[in-house]
Amino acid sequence: MTGNNLADYLTLGLIMFSIGAVGVIVRRNPIVIFMCIELMLNAVNLTFLAFARFTPTTAALADRAESFMSGQMMVVFVMAVAAAEVAVGLGIIMAIYRLRNEIDIDEMNLLKG
Amino acid sequence: MTDWLIQQSPAVQATIRVLVFVLPVLIIVPGLIWWERRLLSWMQDRIGPNRVGPFGLLQPIADGVKLFFKEDITPAAVDRLIYFVAPAVALFPAFAIGATLPWGPHYGPLMHWTPIADVNIGILYILAISSLGVYGVVLSGYASNNKYSLLGGLRASAQLISYELAMSVSLAGIVMATGSLKLTDMVAEQMKPLWGWDAAAVFQNWFIFTPFGFIAAVIFLICMVAETNRAPFDLPEAENEIIAGYHTEYSSMKFAVFFMGEYATMFIFGGVFATVFLGGWNMLPVNWDVLAAQVPAVAPLARVMDGANYWLAPLWFLGKCAGGITFYIWLRATLPRLRYDQLMSLGWKSLLPMAVANFIVVAIWIMCTKLYGPAGGWIAMFVALAIVYVLYLNVVSATSKSGWYAQGRIRMTEGAEKRRPIALVDPTKEVRP
Amino acid sequence: MTVFMVLSTIAILAALGVVLFSSPVRSALCLVFNFFTLAFIYFGLKTELLGITQIVVYTGAIMVLFLFVIMLLNLGGPQTWKERFEFRTVLGFGFGFALAAVIASQVFANFQYFDKPQAPDSFGSPQALGRVLFTHYVWPFEIASILLLIGIVGSIMLAKRKL
Repeated sequence: MTGNNLADYLTLGLIMFSIGAVGVIVRRNPIVIFMCIELMLNAVNLTFLAFARFTPTTAALADRAESFMSGQMMVVFVMAVAAAEVAVGLGIIMAIYRLRNEIDIDEMNLLKG
Repeated sequence: MTDWLIQQSPAVQATIRVLVFVLPVLIIVPGLIWWERRLLSWMQDRIGPNRVGPFGLLQPIADGVKLFFKEDITPAAVDRLIYFVAPAVALFPAFAIGATLPWGPHYGPLMHWTPIADVNIGILYILAISSLGVYGVVLSGYASNNKYSLLGGLRASAQLISYELAMSVSLAGIVMATGSLKLTDMVAEQMKPLWGWDAAAVFQNWFIFTPFGFIAAVIFLICMVAETNRAPFDLPEAENEIIAGYHTEYSSMKFAVFFMGEYATMFIFGGVFATVFLGGWNMLPVNWDVLAAQVPAVAPLARVMDGANYWLAPLWFLGKCAGGITFYIWLRATLPRLRYDQLMSLGWKSLLPMAVANFIVVAIWIMCTKLYGPAGGWIAMFVALAIVYVLYLNVVSATSKSGWYAQGRIRMTEGAEKRRPIALVDPTKEVRP
Repeated sequence: MTVFMVLSTIAILAALGVVLFSSPVRSALCLVFNFFTLAFIYFGLKTELLGITQIVVYTGAIMVLFLFVIMLLNLGGPQTWKERFEFRTVLGFGFGFALAAVIASQVFANFQYFDKPQAPDSFGSPQALGRVLFTHYVWPFEIASILLLIGIVGSIMLAKRKL
């Protein structure tokens, strides 16, 4: 795995993020939209880790562990938030399905004035 | 031997280790099937398969040949891509899960042969790969386009998520006590003197002999059975409710793959249990070299045993795995299947709180050991366990109205007495011949 | 390099599959593959703890939940509605390409020359991560735990028919 530079990882992250963004706009099934959001979150996670591995730290911070751990910490918290988000989001989808017996995203217009 | 192994390139080393690991599993799986059928029939006062080969030992091979030559039926309305992928997905964790298990000693001449990858996330790797096991079940259940299969898949996904949690938390206590996620470190920790007392250095500190380790072992054992979808937790394939659950629509070799994956997973989980709680590859919980030094009378015997313990380590390990399988079969012959709500309440309402309480007790034990030495640590642990038990009794008395919790055991016949007997003949009407 | 290329190709194909398959179950399966390959890319970045956490959390828990809901609501079958072709589709793809182009211009302009890993190889080990997580980041950690608790309570409130 030697010989990669930061741009390789960032390119993979940006492609995945763009695909996720397209999916959120294009698809109508809320569960698939949800999965695309997860895809975008993971693209961002990859970017965080790549930056954490490749970017140099300043000389003042070089002896402190947290200077190069912050990227990984962000990923930990993104994972925690994603887990909570999925539990609540899928709960909402199930509640909507129980209420309306369908989950087409275009039919969810109850809040329209 | 070891020097030769280290001189090879990493890829060759890994390949050799994989061959050393995978081939025994592949060879043992038919033996396990024979052992299950034979032992089960003995327990049920039957004879079992005894026609093919000596003691019926070749029966699994005959079954395999039969399955191989059967017609491979693909139902018409299945989701073909997922239908074909699912058996492979089901087999993958069974063989990948053992990659971090140490089959043999981690020091001395045998050290570089096992495990395949001695990574410092060993136990997490096992949890991660075992959590992938659900996909084979869920995908095959979905792809078969069959109501029973779908029900089996749904049951499996809910069951595995529920029990995975308690399993991870019960292992977390052991990880804390070891201070490492590496499995070789766990085995090394279990070779230390019992309960941290130098006076008891003859005996090894297997985690199952410590109070917290025993509780964790019981929780892990139950969760392990649930994770592998075996009786009494075999709801995903309950024969008399949903035919065969997720593999109803699978025939021929695809069914054989599911079957093989199930047995291999059982075997490997037995190995995980042995590594984490039963001292890994050690034969008996005795430090033979210490025994030789302390009791000169048995020194020659102890030295022989020490050598046997070291050089035959994979054999002892396989023996412990086989013991795990036997336990599985024993459970299957003994316990009736749980009902779905009983399964869920067992996982969420008793195993998970127990595992979390055990986790906190381990934390208290470590803290008090650091502050007051081993004796203080053990006293603190027993006090903490007593407090937890009192709290548990309070919970039980507070929720005494709600079902099996009150009885302190699962009542398999719950609800049966409430049902009215079905009267085939109307009792009010007089029947005359 | 080749390992990374293979892994990233699989990841991109799987990501495309998530968007392009019409059956939600196939989308979910593709997403599982994507997360799984991502975990190996994380291993390549020497962040092995987060790689294995990726497998445990995403493929082991989150995606199983997704599959569970898809199967529970029975959305996966052939009776699912067809995705209509409409203006929004064109708009979405246009937006995606524009987004990719904007980010790519910045990536290739600025980050081509970071080709030497700066962090030590052990920076992704459980010990290093745990030490920082429970000292410097202990408050965010506690807040995340409260967030998860709220998530549990909220999802039970939403999903239970009557409390």
